[in-house]
Amino acid sequence: MSAVQEDVVTLRVAAKEVASDGVVVLTLRHPDGARLPDWAPGAHVDLILPTGAVRQYSLCGDRFDAFRYRVGVLREPDGRGGSAYVHDVLAVGDTVGVGGPRNHFPLVPSERYLFVAGGIGITPLLPMVRQADALDADWTLVYGGRTRASMAFLDELAAHGDRVHLVPEDECGRIDLPRWLADPQPDVAVYCCGPGPLLDAVERACAHWRPHALRTERFVAKEQGAPVRDEPFEVELARTGRSVTVTPGRTVLEAVRSVGVDVLSSCRQGTCGTCETDVLEGLPDHRDSILDDADRAANDCMFVCVSRSRTDRLVLDL
Amino acid sequence: MTRTPMTRTIEPHPALPVHHGDPFGHEVLEDPAAFHGELREAGPVVHLARYDVYAMARYAEVHAALRDWQSFESGAGVGLSNFRTEPPWRPPSLLLESDPPRHDAPRRVLSGLLAPRALRRLREQWRSAAADLVDDLLARGPEFDAVPALAEAFPLRVFPDAVGIPDEGRENLLPYGEFLFNAFGPHNDLVAAGAPRAGDLAAWVNAQCRREVLAEGGFGAQIWAAADRGEITPDQAPLVVRSLLSAGVDTTVHGLGAVLHAVATFPEQWRRLREQPHLARVAFDEAVRWASPVQTFFRTATTDVRVGDAVVPAGKKILMFLASANRDPGRWDDPAAFDLSRDPSGHVGFGFGIHQCVGQHVARLEAESLLTALAERVASIEVAGPVVRHHNNTMRALGSLPLRVRPA
Ligand code: FES
Repeated sequence: MSAVQEDVVTLRVAAKEVASDGVVVLTLRHPDGARLPDWAPGAHVDLILPTGAVRQYSLCGDRFDAFRYRVGVLREPDGRGGSAYVHDVLAVGDTVGVGGPRNHFPLVPSERYLFVAGGIGITPLLPMVRQADALDADWTLVYGGRTRASMAFLDELAAHGDRVHLVPEDECGRIDLPRWLADPQPDVAVYCCGPGPLLDAVERACAHWRPHALRTERFVAKEQGAPVRDEPFEVELARTGRSVTVTPGRTVLEAVRSVGVDVLSSCRQGTCGTCETDVLEGLPDHRDSILDDADRAANDCMFVCVSRSRTDRLVLDL
Repeated sequence: MTRTPMTRTIEPHPALPVHHGDPFGHEVLEDPAAFHGELREAGPVVHLARYDVYAMARYAEVHAALRDWQSFESGAGVGLSNFRTEPPWRPPSLLLESDPPRHDAPRRVLSGLLAPRALRRLREQWRSAAADLVDDLLARGPEFDAVPALAEAFPLRVFPDAVGIPDEGRENLLPYGEFLFNAFGPHNDLVAAGAPRAGDLAAWVNAQCRREVLAEGGFGAQIWAAADRGEITPDQAPLVVRSLLSAGVDTTVHGLGAVLHAVATFPEQWRRLREQPHLARVAFDEAVRWASPVQTFFRTATTDVRVGDAVVPAGKKILMFLASANRDPGRWDDPAAFDLSRDPSGHVGFGFGIHQCVGQHVARLEAESLLTALAERVASIEVAGPVVRHHNNTMRALGSLPLRVRPA
């Protein structure tokens, strides 16, 4: 079905640079020099590698430049091979498929921001700090990494002087979260991106802040408890007029595909947002890492790669 | 200056074609086709001497410029007045009259709210409202003026409810939009005629944007809920509500007027629509292409922008002729025909790019509801008297559209 490729363009790797130990930065351009789709800070794209692997990377370039995308790619030693391919094989001049951009991590307007980055989590925050700067907002970035040499974009950040607090773990230990987060600030928006344990710790540290003060983005799925129900459930596809039973061992995505209905998917772990599907009836058991509590409560959409059902029957707009 | 005979120098600023006409004059507003043709003919960019502004009237340039928000900003106003040098008559719109990054959050909130998914809950309601309206109308006889009876009546029946404003004062909505869209043009007689009431109308609209006025569950209340979640600031919320009330009424009225005018003028297309009711949406978009309810908007060059061989100097206003682009024979076959077999995708009647009409799904749903109700009940539609234009500096509008229908 053509929908699967709808928002994918083929781009050329125009530059590839080492940004730090373990991080390369790719610049992507359209082979014809055409404009690329607009984006805003917090947006990510899917990179569809020649091997067929699909990975999500935050855009970390300049949104005012309509002709270049920039992404930072961390070599993940225990990854599934996507990052190794980018590091070791992908060369300037090669083409890759690029899907999106999508944005589940938009920068909300605020007078003051606290940005907390862990490692490669700096990438979505980089255009955010630039934007906060452009809007004359008051902002602070706390950026932790294993070692100074592993931390990318330090040159760019140096221009911002003491708004940026670097916390290389081998010199200073972990980010002192209580120092930054113990006192809730009514007018500060907190943005955090980084490895799961940092996100979990920041979520705990912000538990006493006002609702929605903290915004996070995960590229690794959040730990989820057991599904609400372990019996099979029915999924009805309103537009197609079919139904299918989803057994405990199967995802809704797989079940829907088995009756010949294609849903766009990418990460298959509830982090990228590609497979978002409207729910017409029934209550989903949300198991993604994207929706916040309010979105969940609305029960009008779900990510079918991971989410399941609380009710016997779900009606999807497919 | 002398030129050496051996080399050909290329002029850095080749003479721009100049047009001395008035795009906001009554003659053009009555029937802009010839004027648009002249502009398209003259070149990709034309200097409009009367206002010292630039004009783009061909599809390719208009389409490209609408996407290029970096070079052609909206924040200096999308009317003739330049907010860098003149104070706007009302606080600028956070959507229409702003650029990234300030544009991001208000746009994001509204586009989430007005997305097809979110509109589903309105579909049934609007279908039955349309059915009631058409039944009542047909019961009164086969002849009516479709402007007040349908094009105005339907949006006024469903949209203010959807936003959640009180019943009282709704009669102010149309005159407010009328003045607002005139105010994008020069200070001509149309603006002067509306000016005495403008302050009161604006005050009334602003008063409807307050949280305590807006009914629970409506778009207005949902905008305030987004402010509670921090997605926009509490200062922005009323202005975002105002955008709905400013841009959501008159444009739809004239869009519906356009599609009714189109099906009455092209009877075989009405037959087709009755046979294939799912074409209702195509019909509306084709009518928006055909008539361009929003005819023009300005942009302002952020830097010297090269367009073809010409340069639009930084700070200059550029008038984008959406209507002309939508009828550019370089882009559309037989552009003056309203044709349901055409794919109208790519028309710029809703704009294009980051400022593309955020309420377009709402407008489509209104049109679909009304056309479906009509198609079920009406075998044929014809124009039953003189069609009267209503002049507005920005909108292509009908003052009167007498129709005669034959019930099915
Ligand atoms: S495929 Fe990524 S969220 Fe489902």
